[in-house]
Amino acid sequence: MNHDLRPKSVLRTYPHWFYLPAAIVFGVFFLVPTLAAFYFSMTRWTLFDATYIGFDNYVRFFQDPQLTAGLRNTAIYAVMTSGLKVIISLPLAILLTSRLHLKSLLRGIIFFPVLVSTVAVGITFSVLMQPSQGLINTVLRALSLGAPDWLGNPSLALISVALVDVWKGLGIATVLFISGILSIPNDYFEAARLEGGAWVKFRYVILPLSRNAAFTVILLSFIGGLRTFDLIWTMTRGGPGFASDVLTSVIFKQYQAGFYGLSTAGNVILFILVTIIVYPLMRFFNRRELEEL
Amino acid sequence: MTTIRKFIAGFWLDAVSLLVISAIFVVPFIFIVLTAAKTGPEAAQFEFSPPSQFLLLENISAVLEFGDRRMFLAMWNSLIITVGSITLIVLLSSAVAFVMQRRKDRMASLASSIILAGLIIPPAVVPTIFLLQEIGLYRTLLGLIMVQVAFTLPFATITLRAFMASIPREIDEAAIIDGASPLQVYFRVILPLLRPAIITVIVVSSVTIYNDFTGPLYFLPGRENVTVQLTMYSYISQFSSQWHLLFANVLVITIPPLIMFMFFQRQIVAGLTSGAIKG
Repeated sequence: MNHDLRPKSVLRTYPHWFYLPAAIVFGVFFLVPTLAAFYFSMTRWTLFDATYIGFDNYVRFFQDPQLTAGLRNTAIYAVMTSGLKVIISLPLAILLTSRLHLKSLLRGIIFFPVLVSTVAVGITFSVLMQPSQGLINTVLRALSLGAPDWLGNPSLALISVALVDVWKGLGIATVLFISGILSIPNDYFEAARLEGGAWVKFRYVILPLSRNAAFTVILLSFIGGLRTFDLIWTMTRGGPGFASDVLTSVIFKQYQAGFYGLSTAGNVILFILVTIIVYPLMRFFNRRELEEL
Repeated sequence: MTTIRKFIAGFWLDAVSLLVISAIFVVPFIFIVLTAAKTGPEAAQFEFSPPSQFLLLENISAVLEFGDRRMFLAMWNSLIITVGSITLIVLLSSAVAFVMQRRKDRMASLASSIILAGLIIPPAVVPTIFLLQEIGLYRTLLGLIMVQVAFTLPFATITLRAFMASIPREIDEAAIIDGASPLQVYFRVILPLLRPAIITVIVVSSVTIYNDFTGPLYFLPGRENVTVQLTMYSYISQFSSQWHLLFANVLVITIPPLIMFMFFQRQIVAGLTSGAIKG
Protein backbone atom coordinates (compact mmCIF):
# COMPACT_ATOMS: atom_id res chain seq x y z
CA MET A 1 0.00 0.00 0.00
CA ASN A 2 2.99 2.31 -0.24
CA HIS A 3 1.94 3.64 -3.60
CA ASP A 4 -1.61 4.72 -3.61
CA LEU A 5 -2.77 4.63 -7.21
CA ARG A 6 -5.78 6.84 -6.76
CA PRO A 7 -5.57 10.23 -8.53
CA LYS A 8 -4.19 13.20 -6.61
CA SER A 9 -7.53 14.96 -6.75
CA VAL A 10 -9.02 12.09 -4.71
CA LEU A 11 -6.16 11.70 -2.26
CA ARG A 12 -6.20 15.42 -1.61
CA THR A 13 -9.61 14.92 -0.05
CA TYR A 14 -8.01 12.93 2.79
CA PRO A 15 -5.43 15.45 4.00
CA HIS A 16 -2.96 14.39 6.65
CA TRP A 17 -3.62 17.53 8.66
CA PHE A 18 -6.96 16.01 9.69
CA TYR A 19 -4.88 14.01 12.17
CA LEU A 20 -3.43 17.15 13.66
CA PRO A 21 -6.05 18.32 16.20
CA ALA A 22 -6.45 14.83 17.66
CA ALA A 23 -2.70 14.25 17.59
CA ILE A 24 -2.04 17.46 19.51
CA VAL A 25 -4.61 16.75 22.23
CA PHE A 26 -3.65 13.08 22.56
CA GLY A 27 0.06 13.88 22.39
CA VAL A 28 -0.01 16.68 24.98
CA PHE A 29 -2.46 15.18 27.46
CA PHE A 30 -1.67 11.48 27.14
CA LEU A 31 1.65 10.70 25.46
CA VAL A 32 3.73 13.43 27.08
CA PRO A 33 2.68 12.56 30.67
CA THR A 34 3.09 8.85 29.93
CA LEU A 35 6.65 9.29 28.66
CA ALA A 36 7.47 11.83 31.39
CA ALA A 37 6.36 9.24 33.95
CA PHE A 38 9.41 7.10 33.14
CA TYR A 39 11.71 10.00 34.06
CA PHE A 40 9.80 11.24 37.11
CA SER A 41 9.56 7.72 38.51
CA MET A 42 13.32 7.91 38.96
CA THR A 43 13.27 11.12 40.95
CA ARG A 44 12.43 12.45 44.36
CA TRP A 45 9.75 14.80 43.16
CA THR A 46 7.89 17.67 44.81
CA LEU A 47 6.29 19.03 41.60
CA PHE A 48 8.56 22.08 42.00
CA ASP A 49 11.82 20.23 41.65
CA ALA A 50 12.87 16.71 40.89
CA THR A 51 16.11 15.11 42.11
CA TYR A 52 17.32 12.16 40.09
CA ILE A 53 17.70 9.11 42.34
CA GLY A 54 17.91 6.25 39.83
CA PHE A 55 15.92 3.15 40.63
CA ASP A 56 15.45 3.94 44.35
CA ASN A 57 11.67 4.31 44.05
CA TYR A 58 11.39 0.93 42.36
CA VAL A 59 13.62 -0.72 44.97
CA ARG A 60 11.47 0.80 47.66
CA PHE A 61 8.34 -0.31 45.88
CA PHE A 62 9.42 -3.93 45.74
CA GLN A 63 10.81 -3.97 49.28
CA ASP A 64 7.81 -2.50 51.03
CA PRO A 65 5.41 -5.36 51.85
CA GLN A 66 2.39 -3.03 51.61
CA LEU A 67 3.32 -1.99 48.11
CA THR A 68 4.06 -5.51 46.88
CA ALA A 69 0.73 -6.58 48.38
CA GLY A 70 -0.84 -4.02 46.06
CA LEU A 71 0.85 -5.67 43.10
CA ARG A 72 -0.28 -9.14 44.13
CA ASN A 73 -3.84 -7.98 44.84
CA THR A 74 -4.04 -6.33 41.42
CA ALA A 75 -3.20 -9.65 39.77
CA ILE A 76 -5.68 -11.58 41.94
CA TYR A 77 -8.40 -9.04 41.25
CA ALA A 78 -7.88 -9.05 37.47
CA VAL A 79 -7.77 -12.86 37.24
CA MET A 80 -10.76 -13.30 39.51
CA THR A 81 -13.02 -10.74 37.87
CA SER A 82 -12.25 -11.79 34.31
CA GLY A 83 -12.53 -15.50 35.14
CA LEU A 84 -15.85 -15.14 36.94
CA LYS A 85 -17.29 -12.90 34.25
CA VAL A 86 -16.59 -15.55 31.60
CA ILE A 87 -17.88 -18.42 33.72
CA ILE A 88 -21.12 -16.67 34.66
CA SER A 89 -21.88 -14.73 31.49
CA LEU A 90 -21.61 -17.62 29.00
CA PRO A 91 -24.46 -19.65 30.54
CA LEU A 92 -26.43 -16.43 30.99
CA ALA A 93 -25.95 -15.57 27.33
CA ILE A 94 -27.13 -19.05 26.33
CA LEU A 95 -30.19 -18.62 28.53
CA LEU A 96 -30.88 -15.20 27.06
CA THR A 97 -30.63 -16.43 23.46
CA SER A 98 -33.00 -19.36 24.13
CA ARG A 99 -36.75 -19.30 23.58
CA LEU A 100 -37.38 -17.24 26.69
CA HIS A 101 -40.32 -14.85 26.33
CA LEU A 102 -38.81 -12.27 28.64
CA LYS A 103 -35.32 -12.31 27.17
CA SER A 104 -35.16 -8.68 26.09
CA LEU A 105 -36.41 -7.51 29.48
CA LEU A 106 -33.86 -9.73 31.25
CA ARG A 107 -31.02 -8.55 28.99
CA GLY A 108 -31.91 -4.98 29.89
CA ILE A 109 -31.99 -5.75 33.60
CA ILE A 110 -28.55 -7.37 33.54
CA PHE A 111 -27.11 -4.58 31.42
CA PHE A 112 -28.34 -1.59 33.42
CA PRO A 113 -25.67 -1.73 36.21
CA VAL A 114 -23.01 -1.15 33.54
CA LEU A 115 -24.34 2.39 33.16
CA VAL A 116 -24.65 3.22 36.85
CA SER A 117 -21.74 5.08 38.41
CA THR A 118 -19.21 2.84 40.10
CA VAL A 119 -19.28 5.06 43.17
CA ALA A 120 -23.05 4.62 43.53
CA VAL A 121 -22.70 0.85 43.18
CA GLY A 122 -19.85 0.80 45.70
CA ILE A 123 -21.84 2.75 48.30
CA THR A 124 -24.92 0.58 47.83
CA PHE A 125 -23.03 -2.67 48.19
CA SER A 126 -21.02 -1.51 51.20
CA VAL A 127 -24.37 -1.20 52.94
CA LEU A 128 -25.79 -4.43 51.52
CA MET A 129 -22.64 -6.24 52.67
CA GLN A 130 -22.78 -4.77 56.16
CA PRO A 131 -22.16 -7.80 58.43
CA SER A 132 -24.89 -7.58 61.07
CA GLN A 133 -27.89 -5.88 59.43
CA GLY A 134 -27.01 -5.86 55.72
CA LEU A 135 -29.43 -7.52 53.32
CA ILE A 136 -26.96 -10.11 52.03
CA ASN A 137 -26.19 -11.50 55.46
CA THR A 138 -29.85 -11.33 56.50
CA VAL A 139 -30.66 -13.61 53.58
CA LEU A 140 -27.68 -15.89 54.25
CA ARG A 141 -28.64 -16.22 57.91
CA ALA A 142 -32.20 -17.08 56.98
CA LEU A 143 -30.78 -19.91 54.87
CA SER A 144 -28.31 -20.71 57.71
CA LEU A 145 -25.32 -20.17 55.45
CA GLY A 146 -23.30 -18.09 57.90
CA ALA A 147 -22.72 -14.35 57.97
CA PRO A 148 -19.24 -13.38 56.82
CA ASP A 149 -17.84 -9.90 57.42
CA TRP A 150 -17.50 -9.20 53.70
CA LEU A 151 -15.53 -5.98 53.83
CA GLY A 152 -14.12 -6.14 57.37
CA ASN A 153 -12.36 -9.47 57.12
CA PRO A 154 -8.88 -8.88 55.64
CA SER A 155 -8.82 -12.18 53.79
CA LEU A 156 -12.25 -11.57 52.28
CA ALA A 157 -12.33 -7.82 51.48
CA LEU A 158 -10.61 -8.01 48.09
CA ILE A 159 -12.79 -10.92 47.01
CA SER A 160 -15.95 -9.09 48.08
CA VAL A 161 -15.05 -6.04 46.01
CA ALA A 162 -14.21 -8.31 43.06
CA LEU A 163 -17.67 -9.91 43.35
CA VAL A 164 -19.32 -6.49 43.17
CA ASP A 165 -17.15 -5.71 40.13
CA VAL A 166 -18.46 -8.90 38.50
CA TRP A 167 -22.04 -7.88 39.34
CA LYS A 168 -21.54 -4.49 37.72
CA GLY A 169 -19.65 -5.68 34.65
CA LEU A 170 -21.58 -8.85 33.89
CA GLY A 171 -23.83 -6.97 31.47
CA ILE A 172 -21.02 -6.17 29.02
CA ALA A 173 -19.69 -9.73 29.14
CA THR A 174 -23.15 -11.20 28.59
CA VAL A 175 -23.91 -8.85 25.72
CA LEU A 176 -20.60 -9.78 24.05
CA PHE A 177 -21.39 -13.49 24.35
CA ILE A 178 -24.95 -12.92 23.11
CA SER A 179 -23.68 -11.20 19.97
CA GLY A 180 -21.16 -14.03 19.54
CA ILE A 181 -23.86 -16.70 19.80
CA LEU A 182 -26.25 -14.79 17.52
CA SER A 183 -23.57 -14.61 14.83
CA ILE A 184 -23.28 -18.42 14.66
CA PRO A 185 -24.98 -19.60 11.44
CA ASN A 186 -28.22 -21.45 12.06
CA ASP A 187 -27.04 -24.53 10.09
CA TYR A 188 -24.71 -25.44 12.93
CA PHE A 189 -27.58 -25.46 15.41
CA GLU A 190 -29.65 -27.49 12.95
CA ALA A 191 -26.85 -30.05 12.66
CA ALA A 192 -26.43 -30.18 16.41
CA ARG A 193 -30.13 -30.74 16.84
CA LEU A 194 -29.99 -33.73 14.51
CA GLU A 195 -26.83 -35.10 16.15
CA GLY A 196 -28.11 -34.98 19.67
CA GLY A 197 -29.44 -32.73 22.34
CA ALA A 198 -28.47 -29.65 24.22
CA TRP A 199 -25.05 -30.96 25.26
CA VAL A 200 -23.88 -31.40 21.66
CA LYS A 201 -25.13 -27.92 20.90
CA PHE A 202 -23.20 -26.47 23.81
CA ARG A 203 -20.00 -28.52 23.52
CA TYR A 204 -19.53 -28.61 19.75
CA VAL A 205 -21.26 -25.45 18.53
CA ILE A 206 -21.54 -22.70 21.12
CA LEU A 207 -18.36 -23.33 23.06
CA PRO A 208 -15.91 -23.41 20.11
CA LEU A 209 -17.68 -20.75 18.06
CA SER A 210 -17.97 -18.19 20.83
CA ARG A 211 -14.26 -18.38 21.49
CA ASN A 212 -13.72 -14.92 20.03
CA ALA A 213 -16.35 -13.47 22.33
CA ALA A 214 -14.63 -15.20 25.24
CA PHE A 215 -11.29 -13.65 24.28
CA THR A 216 -12.88 -10.22 24.07
CA VAL A 217 -14.52 -10.66 27.47
CA ILE A 218 -11.27 -11.83 29.04
CA LEU A 219 -9.25 -9.06 27.45
CA LEU A 220 -11.65 -6.27 28.36
CA SER A 221 -12.17 -7.40 31.92
CA PHE A 222 -8.46 -8.00 32.37
CA ILE A 223 -7.64 -4.46 31.26
CA GLY A 224 -10.47 -3.15 33.46
CA GLY A 225 -9.40 -5.29 36.41
CA LEU A 226 -5.78 -4.17 36.29
CA ARG A 227 -6.83 -0.51 36.11
CA THR A 228 -9.61 -0.66 38.70
CA PHE A 229 -9.76 2.11 41.28
CA ASP A 230 -13.23 3.63 41.85
CA LEU A 231 -14.86 0.54 43.30
CA ILE A 232 -12.05 -0.37 45.67
CA TRP A 233 -11.70 3.20 46.79
CA THR A 234 -15.41 3.67 47.58
CA MET A 235 -15.82 0.26 49.24
CA THR A 236 -12.69 -0.31 51.30
CA ARG A 237 -10.09 2.39 50.53
CA GLY A 238 -7.64 -0.48 50.29
CA GLY A 239 -8.46 -1.69 53.79
CA PRO A 240 -8.81 -3.21 56.27
CA GLY A 241 -5.18 -2.26 56.75
CA PHE A 242 -3.71 -2.84 53.32
CA ALA A 243 -5.63 -6.05 52.65
CA SER A 244 -7.40 -4.86 49.52
CA ASP A 245 -4.90 -2.31 48.22
CA VAL A 246 -4.30 -2.55 44.48
CA LEU A 247 -1.74 -0.69 42.36
CA THR A 248 -4.09 2.20 41.59
CA SER A 249 -5.04 2.73 45.24
CA VAL A 250 -1.34 2.61 46.19
CA ILE A 251 -0.67 5.22 43.49
CA PHE A 252 -3.41 7.42 44.95
CA LYS A 253 -2.24 6.99 48.56
CA GLN A 254 1.37 7.83 47.68
CA TYR A 255 0.12 10.83 45.74
CA GLN A 256 -1.93 12.03 48.73
CA ALA A 257 1.07 11.56 50.99
CA GLY A 258 3.14 13.73 48.65
CA PHE A 259 5.48 10.96 47.43
CA TYR A 260 5.05 11.92 43.81
CA GLY A 261 8.10 10.04 42.55
CA LEU A 262 7.05 6.85 44.30
CA SER A 263 3.47 7.25 43.09
CA THR A 264 4.72 7.63 39.53
CA ALA A 265 6.93 4.56 39.90
CA GLY A 266 3.76 2.67 40.83
CA ASN A 267 2.17 4.07 37.69
CA VAL A 268 5.05 2.88 35.51
CA ILE A 269 4.84 -0.58 37.08
CA LEU A 270 1.14 -0.58 36.19
CA PHE A 271 1.93 0.38 32.54
CA ILE A 272 4.43 -2.42 32.30
CA LEU A 273 2.15 -4.96 33.97
CA VAL A 274 -0.78 -4.08 31.71
CA THR A 275 1.37 -4.13 28.59
CA ILE A 276 3.15 -7.43 29.26
CA ILE A 277 -0.11 -9.18 30.08
CA VAL A 278 -2.49 -7.60 27.59
CA TYR A 279 -0.27 -7.18 24.54
CA PRO A 280 0.53 -10.90 24.07
CA LEU A 281 -3.12 -11.75 24.73
CA MET A 282 -4.12 -9.31 22.02
CA ARG A 283 -1.60 -10.71 19.51
CA PHE A 284 -2.75 -14.22 20.28
CA PHE A 285 -6.37 -13.20 19.89
CA ASN A 286 -5.78 -11.48 16.55
CA ARG A 287 -3.83 -14.42 15.18
CA ARG A 288 -6.64 -16.79 16.09
CA GLU A 289 -9.04 -14.54 14.31
CA LEU A 290 -6.89 -14.44 11.17
CA GLU A 291 -6.63 -18.22 11.05
CA GLU A 292 -10.38 -18.45 10.85
CA LEU A 293 -10.64 -16.30 7.76
CA MET B 1 -50.89 -31.97 25.03
CA THR B 2 -47.23 -31.58 24.24
CA THR B 3 -47.65 -27.96 23.19
CA ILE B 4 -49.38 -27.19 26.46
CA ARG B 5 -46.66 -28.97 28.37
CA LYS B 6 -44.03 -27.06 26.40
CA PHE B 7 -45.82 -23.83 27.12
CA ILE B 8 -45.89 -24.58 30.84
CA ALA B 9 -42.22 -25.61 30.83
CA GLY B 10 -41.38 -22.37 28.99
CA PHE B 11 -43.39 -20.43 31.53
CA TRP B 12 -41.44 -21.96 34.41
CA LEU B 13 -38.10 -21.17 32.82
CA ASP B 14 -39.25 -17.58 32.32
CA ALA B 15 -40.54 -17.29 35.87
CA VAL B 16 -37.43 -18.77 37.48
CA SER B 17 -35.07 -16.65 35.34
CA LEU B 18 -37.04 -13.50 36.11
CA LEU B 19 -37.05 -14.27 39.82
CA VAL B 20 -33.34 -15.06 40.11
CA ILE B 21 -32.15 -12.24 37.86
CA SER B 22 -34.39 -9.68 39.59
CA ALA B 23 -33.26 -10.83 43.03
CA ILE B 24 -29.66 -10.23 42.03
CA PHE B 25 -29.90 -7.21 39.76
CA VAL B 26 -33.05 -5.30 40.72
CA VAL B 27 -33.14 -5.67 44.51
CA PRO B 28 -30.11 -3.37 45.03
CA PHE B 29 -31.92 -0.60 43.11
CA ILE B 30 -35.10 -1.11 45.12
CA PHE B 31 -32.94 -0.89 48.22
CA ILE B 32 -31.61 2.47 47.03
CA VAL B 33 -35.14 3.85 46.57
CA LEU B 34 -36.40 2.46 49.90
CA THR B 35 -33.44 3.84 51.85
CA ALA B 36 -33.69 7.19 50.09
CA ALA B 37 -37.32 7.45 51.29
CA LYS B 38 -36.63 6.77 54.99
CA THR B 39 -35.87 8.96 57.98
CA GLY B 40 -32.24 9.28 59.04
CA PRO B 41 -32.31 6.82 61.98
CA GLU B 42 -34.43 4.35 60.04
CA ALA B 43 -32.07 4.41 57.04
CA ALA B 44 -29.13 3.77 59.37
CA GLN B 45 -30.67 0.38 60.22
CA PHE B 46 -29.66 -0.79 56.71
CA GLU B 47 -32.79 -2.93 56.54
CA PHE B 48 -34.53 -3.92 53.35
CA SER B 49 -37.96 -2.77 54.44
CA PRO B 50 -40.61 -0.25 53.39
CA PRO B 51 -40.16 3.17 55.02
CA SER B 52 -42.55 3.96 57.87
CA GLN B 53 -43.01 7.45 56.43
CA PHE B 54 -42.42 7.96 52.72
CA LEU B 55 -40.00 10.90 52.62
CA LEU B 56 -38.47 10.44 49.16
CA LEU B 57 -39.30 13.92 47.84
CA GLU B 58 -38.29 15.58 51.12
CA ASN B 59 -34.93 13.80 51.12
CA ILE B 60 -34.28 14.59 47.48
CA SER B 61 -35.01 18.26 48.04
CA ALA B 62 -32.73 18.19 51.10
CA VAL B 63 -29.97 16.80 48.88
CA LEU B 64 -30.59 19.49 46.28
CA GLU B 65 -30.57 22.23 48.93
CA PHE B 66 -27.58 20.89 50.81
CA GLY B 67 -24.49 23.10 51.19
CA ASP B 68 -25.67 26.16 49.28
CA ARG B 69 -27.28 24.07 46.54
CA ARG B 70 -24.01 22.43 45.77
CA MET B 71 -25.79 19.73 43.78
CA PHE B 72 -26.83 22.24 41.12
CA LEU B 73 -23.25 23.48 40.83
CA ALA B 74 -22.09 19.86 40.52
CA MET B 75 -24.66 19.13 37.83
CA TRP B 76 -23.68 22.26 35.96
CA ASN B 77 -19.98 21.35 36.12
CA SER B 78 -20.65 17.78 35.06
CA LEU B 79 -22.81 19.00 32.21
CA ILE B 80 -20.10 21.38 30.93
CA ILE B 81 -17.43 18.70 31.20
CA THR B 82 -19.53 16.06 29.48
CA VAL B 83 -20.84 18.24 26.66
CA GLY B 84 -17.48 19.95 26.11
CA SER B 85 -15.59 16.66 25.98
CA ILE B 86 -18.13 14.97 23.72
CA THR B 87 -18.08 17.79 21.18
CA LEU B 88 -14.30 17.68 20.89
CA ILE B 89 -14.19 13.88 20.90
CA VAL B 90 -16.65 13.59 18.01
CA LEU B 91 -14.94 16.25 15.88
CA LEU B 92 -11.37 15.07 16.47
CA SER B 93 -11.97 11.34 16.28
CA SER B 94 -14.18 11.45 13.19
CA ALA B 95 -11.57 13.49 11.31
CA VAL B 96 -8.93 10.88 12.18
CA ALA B 97 -11.21 7.94 11.42
CA PHE B 98 -12.10 9.46 8.04
CA VAL B 99 -8.53 9.94 6.79
CA MET B 100 -7.24 6.76 8.42
CA GLN B 101 -9.82 4.48 6.86
CA ARG B 102 -9.63 6.13 3.42
CA ARG B 103 -5.85 6.27 3.14
CA LYS B 104 -4.58 3.10 4.82
CA ASP B 105 -0.98 4.33 4.41
CA ARG B 106 1.99 4.18 6.75
CA MET B 107 0.64 7.10 8.77
CA ALA B 108 -2.62 5.21 9.26
CA SER B 109 -0.88 2.14 10.61
CA LEU B 110 1.22 4.30 12.95
CA ALA B 111 -1.99 5.96 14.18
CA SER B 112 -3.52 2.56 14.63
CA SER B 113 -0.69 1.35 16.90
CA ILE B 114 -0.87 4.55 18.94
CA ILE B 115 -4.63 4.06 19.35
CA LEU B 116 -4.07 0.48 20.51
CA ALA B 117 -1.56 1.70 23.10
CA GLY B 118 -4.03 4.36 24.21
CA LEU B 119 -6.70 1.72 24.72
CA ILE B 120 -4.63 -0.43 27.06
CA ILE B 121 -2.18 1.87 28.86
CA PRO B 122 -3.61 3.51 31.99
CA PRO B 123 -3.04 7.26 32.36
CA ALA B 124 -0.01 8.56 34.27
CA VAL B 125 -1.73 10.58 36.95
CA VAL B 126 0.89 12.69 38.73
CA PRO B 127 2.74 13.66 35.53
CA THR B 128 -0.63 14.73 34.07
CA ILE B 129 -1.28 16.92 37.12
CA PHE B 130 2.19 18.40 36.72
CA LEU B 131 1.56 19.11 33.04
CA LEU B 132 -1.82 20.74 33.75
CA GLN B 133 -0.17 22.93 36.39
CA GLU B 134 2.58 23.98 34.00
CA ILE B 135 0.12 25.09 31.32
CA GLY B 136 -2.30 26.64 33.82
CA LEU B 137 -5.16 24.17 33.35
CA TYR B 138 -5.00 22.39 36.71
CA ARG B 139 -8.23 22.81 38.70
CA THR B 140 -10.05 24.09 35.63
CA LEU B 141 -12.97 22.54 33.80
CA LEU B 142 -11.09 23.01 30.52
CA GLY B 143 -8.16 21.01 31.92
CA LEU B 144 -10.38 18.08 32.84
CA ILE B 145 -12.14 18.31 29.46
CA MET B 146 -8.82 18.03 27.61
CA VAL B 147 -7.80 15.03 29.74
CA GLN B 148 -11.14 13.28 29.16
CA VAL B 149 -10.85 13.93 25.42
CA ALA B 150 -7.34 12.46 25.31
CA PHE B 151 -8.40 9.36 27.28
CA THR B 152 -11.53 8.75 25.18
CA LEU B 153 -10.15 9.44 21.68
CA PRO B 154 -8.84 5.88 21.09
CA PHE B 155 -12.22 4.24 21.76
CA ALA B 156 -14.08 6.84 19.70
CA THR B 157 -11.70 6.63 16.75
CA ILE B 158 -11.76 2.85 16.60
CA THR B 159 -15.57 2.79 16.68
CA LEU B 160 -15.92 5.43 13.96
CA ARG B 161 -13.23 3.89 11.76
CA ALA B 162 -15.02 0.54 11.82
CA PHE B 163 -18.18 2.28 10.66
CA MET B 164 -16.32 4.34 8.04
CA ALA B 165 -15.54 1.10 6.22
CA SER B 166 -19.23 0.67 5.48
CA ILE B 167 -19.51 4.04 3.70
CA PRO B 168 -18.63 3.45 0.03
CA ARG B 169 -15.72 5.48 -1.38
CA GLU B 170 -17.77 6.21 -4.47
CA ILE B 171 -19.80 8.61 -2.38
CA ASP B 172 -16.76 10.77 -1.59
CA GLU B 173 -15.57 10.48 -5.18
CA ALA B 174 -18.92 11.71 -6.47
CA ALA B 175 -18.65 14.72 -4.17
CA ILE B 176 -15.06 15.33 -5.34
CA ILE B 177 -16.16 15.33 -8.98
CA ASP B 178 -18.80 17.87 -8.03
CA GLY B 179 -15.94 20.03 -6.82
CA ALA B 180 -16.22 19.62 -3.05
CA SER B 181 -13.20 20.61 -0.96
CA PRO B 182 -11.82 18.19 1.70
CA LEU B 183 -13.62 20.06 4.47
CA GLN B 184 -16.85 20.01 2.50
CA VAL B 185 -16.58 16.26 1.91
CA TYR B 186 -15.94 15.72 5.60
CA PHE B 187 -18.62 18.03 7.01
CA ARG B 188 -21.33 17.71 4.37
CA VAL B 189 -20.94 14.11 3.24
CA ILE B 190 -19.09 11.99 5.79
CA LEU B 191 -20.30 13.39 9.12
CA PRO B 192 -24.00 12.98 8.27
CA LEU B 193 -23.40 9.41 7.07
CA LEU B 194 -21.45 8.57 10.23
CA ARG B 195 -24.45 9.53 12.33
CA PRO B 196 -25.36 6.12 13.77
CA ALA B 197 -21.78 5.51 14.90
CA ILE B 198 -21.49 9.06 16.22
CA ILE B 199 -24.62 8.55 18.32
CA THR B 200 -23.03 5.39 19.76
CA VAL B 201 -19.85 7.28 20.60
CA ILE B 202 -21.80 10.15 22.15
CA VAL B 203 -23.93 7.89 24.32
CA VAL B 204 -21.16 5.58 25.51
CA SER B 205 -18.62 8.30 26.22
CA SER B 206 -21.09 10.66 27.86
CA VAL B 207 -22.10 7.94 30.31
CA THR B 208 -18.42 7.13 30.96
CA ILE B 209 -17.38 10.75 31.44
CA TYR B 210 -20.43 11.62 33.54
CA ASN B 211 -19.76 8.61 35.78
CA ASP B 212 -16.03 9.20 36.03
CA PHE B 213 -14.77 9.56 39.57
CA THR B 214 -11.00 9.29 39.19
CA GLY B 215 -10.62 12.17 36.71
CA PRO B 216 -12.24 14.88 38.86
CA LEU B 217 -10.64 13.40 42.00
CA TYR B 218 -7.14 13.94 40.62
CA PHE B 219 -7.43 16.80 38.16
CA LEU B 220 -10.25 18.95 39.51
CA PRO B 221 -9.97 19.34 43.29
CA GLY B 222 -11.65 22.24 45.11
CA ARG B 223 -15.15 22.94 46.39
CA GLU B 224 -16.19 25.17 43.51
CA ASN B 225 -15.17 22.45 41.05
CA VAL B 226 -17.33 19.68 42.49
CA THR B 227 -18.77 17.22 39.98
CA VAL B 228 -21.76 14.95 40.34
CA GLN B 229 -19.76 11.85 41.26
CA LEU B 230 -17.88 13.70 43.98
CA THR B 231 -21.05 14.96 45.68
CA MET B 232 -21.42 11.56 47.32
CA TYR B 233 -17.86 11.58 48.43
CA SER B 234 -18.52 14.40 50.90
CA TYR B 235 -21.51 12.62 52.39
CA ILE B 236 -19.33 9.61 53.13
CA SER B 237 -16.54 11.58 54.72
CA GLN B 238 -18.46 14.29 56.60
CA PHE B 239 -21.94 12.98 57.25
CA SER B 240 -21.49 9.28 57.64
CA SER B 241 -24.69 9.03 59.64
CA GLN B 242 -26.96 10.59 57.02
CA TRP B 243 -27.60 7.45 55.06
CA HIS B 244 -31.02 8.60 53.86
CA LEU B 245 -29.44 11.64 52.19
CA LEU B 246 -26.56 9.61 50.82
CA PHE B 247 -28.97 7.23 49.13
CA ALA B 248 -31.18 10.08 47.93
CA ASN B 249 -28.00 11.47 46.38
CA VAL B 250 -27.22 8.10 44.78
CA LEU B 251 -30.74 8.06 43.37
CA VAL B 252 -30.48 11.60 41.96
CA ILE B 253 -27.24 10.94 40.14
CA THR B 254 -28.49 7.60 38.76
CA ILE B 255 -31.36 9.28 36.92
CA PRO B 256 -29.35 10.59 33.91
CA PRO B 257 -27.87 7.15 33.06
CA LEU B 258 -31.35 5.65 33.52
CA ILE B 259 -32.74 8.08 30.94
CA MET B 260 -29.85 7.30 28.57
CA PHE B 261 -30.53 3.62 29.07
CA MET B 262 -34.22 3.92 28.27
CA PHE B 263 -33.65 5.82 25.04
CA PHE B 264 -30.35 4.45 23.77
CA GLN B 265 -30.00 0.89 25.01
CA ARG B 266 -29.52 -0.45 21.49
CA GLN B 267 -26.79 2.05 20.56
CA ILE B 268 -24.95 1.45 23.82
CA VAL B 269 -24.95 -2.29 23.32
CA ALA B 270 -23.88 -1.86 19.69
CA GLY B 271 -21.05 0.44 20.73
CA LEU B 272 -19.73 -1.84 23.40
CA THR B 273 -19.81 -4.94 21.22
CA SER B 274 -18.60 -3.70 17.85
CA GLY B 275 -16.10 -0.99 18.65
CA ALA B 276 -14.84 -2.54 21.83
CA ILE B 277 -11.86 -4.48 20.61
CA LYS B 278 -11.85 -5.24 16.91
CA GLY B 279 -10.23 -2.57 14.84
